[in-house]
Amino acid sequence: MPVSAKGLRVALFATCVNDLMFPSTPKAVVRLLERLGCVVEFPMEQTCCGQMFTNTGYFEAGLDSVRTYVKAFEPYEYIVGPSGSCVGAIRHQSVMLAEKAGDYVLAGKAAKCVEHSYDLSEFLVDVLGLTDVGAFFPHKVTYHPTCHSARIAKVGDRPYQLLKAVKGLELVELPDANTCCGFGGTFSIKNPEVSAAMAADKARNVLSTGAEYVVTGDNACLMNIGGVLHRNNTGVKTIHIAEILAAQEGDAA
Amino acid sequence: MTINQTSHARRTPAPPPGTFGVGQPEPVASPAFRKNAQKQLQNGRMRKNLSHATTTIRNKRLLRVAEVPNWEDVRSAGAAIKDRVARHLDQYLAQAEENLTKNGAVVHWARDAQEANQIITSLVKAKGVDEVVKIKSMVTQEIEMNEALEAAGIAAWETDLAELIVQLGHDRPSHVLVPAIHRNREEVREIFKKEMGTYGTPPPQGMTNDPPVLAGAARVHLREKFLRAKVGISGSNMVICDTGTVCIVESEGNGRMCLTLPETLISVVGIEKIIPTFDDLEVFMKLLPRSSTAERMNPYTSMWTGVTEGDGPKEVHVVFVDNGRTNALADPEGRQALRCIRCSACMNICPIFERVGGHAYGSVYPGPIGIILTPMLRGIDSDIDKSLPYASTLCCACADVCPVKIPIPDIIVHMRNKIAEKKKHDRRPHLEPLVFIPVDWVFKESKHWELAQKAVSIAKKSVLKNVEYFGPLPWPASPWTRARDLPMPPQESFREWWKKNRGGAR
Ligand code: SF4
Repeated sequence: MPVSAKGLRVALFATCVNDLMFPSTPKAVVRLLERLGCVVEFPMEQTCCGQMFTNTGYFEAGLDSVRTYVKAFEPYEYIVGPSGSCVGAIRHQSVMLAEKAGDYVLAGKAAKCVEHSYDLSEFLVDVLGLTDVGAFFPHKVTYHPTCHSARIAKVGDRPYQLLKAVKGLELVELPDANTCCGFGGTFSIKNPEVSAAMAADKARNVLSTGAEYVVTGDNACLMNIGGVLHRNNTGVKTIHIAEILAAQEGDAA
Repeated sequence: MTINQTSHARRTPAPPPGTFGVGQPEPVASPAFRKNAQKQLQNGRMRKNLSHATTTIRNKRLLRVAEVPNWEDVRSAGAAIKDRVARHLDQYLAQAEENLTKNGAVVHWARDAQEANQIITSLVKAKGVDEVVKIKSMVTQEIEMNEALEAAGIAAWETDLAELIVQLGHDRPSHVLVPAIHRNREEVREIFKKEMGTYGTPPPQGMTNDPPVLAGAARVHLREKFLRAKVGISGSNMVICDTGTVCIVESEGNGRMCLTLPETLISVVGIEKIIPTFDDLEVFMKLLPRSSTAERMNPYTSMWTGVTEGDGPKEVHVVFVDNGRTNALADPEGRQALRCIRCSACMNICPIFERVGGHAYGSVYPGPIGIILTPMLRGIDSDIDKSLPYASTLCCACADVCPVKIPIPDIIVHMRNKIAEKKKHDRRPHLEPLVFIPVDWVFKESKHWELAQKAVSIAKKSVLKNVEYFGPLPWPASPWTRARDLPMPPQESFREWWKKNRGGAR
């Protein structure tokens, strides 16, 4: 049963990358959720999901971030983040990190947070029962399902459902959509040549669609794909799905 | 003495120098993965061959898997059986030995590659022969048996078509299932033309690069060796414990020849290849062909239970090899890698493997399983071994296809943790743990994070005023910016915006 958005208290997990580098995305989430009737809160204690540490092998540092997450979001029933990757990391790794450190109290609290944490697309489709969020975006776009949103958070076809319901939007299929863009967090620094080769292939596939925008639910991957598109002056823009869903007729997009 | 140096003339084509094996006397000298990968990325022909081959096979795999309505259940069953084997490996191995012996096979135990090679060499020597025919086998690659036999004056002839191409090409396999996946048919024709005659029956005059013609040349070349051989050497896909049966799954029928023609058969088996009962076989016969060659059923499945009078080999030996597997077993997380049935689905789906090929991994086990299994077997001391777990974007495609549900990305992260811990406590200081100390500090408390944001904001307002994107930058930003631009953070972070617009708290 969908929950009514009217007056629903929602905690926004901005994620560190969005907070600093791409604030337009969490702002779009605020705009969108408030438009739907939610009461959005931003717990200031939050910092990061910790995956940058965990996935490089630094578990203790990863756990430090998990602690901030639990501190910030423990009181909430609905925690929403515009990132399949960061929500996925919380879901998949926070309990493991706490257990590894022998902190079972924290593990219990983290497990509770995990139950209440949603990627934006999951929250809209599963909790609110919405696919049409009243958005208007008159552009040709192609969607890249980021690896962690697809295979860790497992958001499935929810982003497609949401995009298809956007008025004016033309969604074109991305060839080899399911192949990684080559970002991989610290992989892009540790193995930059392979990473660049993968990003180049992804950019080529994006270009082949003739889309104006490439859209994902993860800005870190977009930063990688967009970095190549920008370097080569392709003119193809990157955009987070939240910003499309927040856009309305009359906006200057 | 290294095994590459022989006092007599070589019998078989020499492979490239160095080692891809496990437990060799000489240290692993391969450079780190990044270096190897850089070189391979420039090999356009290899990339084209590999991309074509892996794309074809992974698309076909999808079709074959979709035909099995309870695929997920079969995968879970496979994982559960393998986990049970790992939990009670001591008992199962003892039972396997008992039943194999009862059936007339002779069981040998080898702690490492050297012991295994000694056992095999003395078994072959005892037969008074100086050559053997071989079925494609990963464990004999792992222990670099061919080179050990060569050092003892014994020629080991590969009979799998792709292994033959690799052997004649003075090359190394680049894939566990399709060892010559990096070669195209023109290259194969050239190798055959140049090398076949030196090592046996030459190819026919005017051989074209038509696959049936190439296969025909190989068939004639190999036939002579099959008919002459007194000893055959195989690996094994499964050893069935309750019946004492050894099982081999193959596509070409060369294996069947090796298993039936020679008088003596030596099967070299990793200790994790056990399955408890004959009934368990059905699970793996469903998982393996569909995941590996994307077939409903493989063309040849051979099973032999010891010695049978008047049928097949008169003498059967089984050499069980540890070679680091008990190290993996001792690690509760890492042990899941021992479920692997070497189907290669994880390689075929891996976007990194597709671009760099198997040789970049400096190991007989490349791709996703290789980057966890190799450092478990060999340790994390050499440049290549400690770089392998980082040869992944954690895209998780491998975990989705693995027929025995090995959580490869989780084990990758687990191995990275081992390496990071080692770096932290090393006597020689490493840069990476030092870099992570301040970054950890930043994210430990939101107050610190806000301070860091302020610092960025000040930089943005002063020195970086008009920058929107960074182009190529010097180190440490160079790895990123050599290939792609880097956007500048905007003037105001989300947090600052929220404080201004929503009055601070919450
Ligand atoms: S890890 Fe899994 S997918 Fe990879 S070769 Fe082994 S069984 Fe196959």
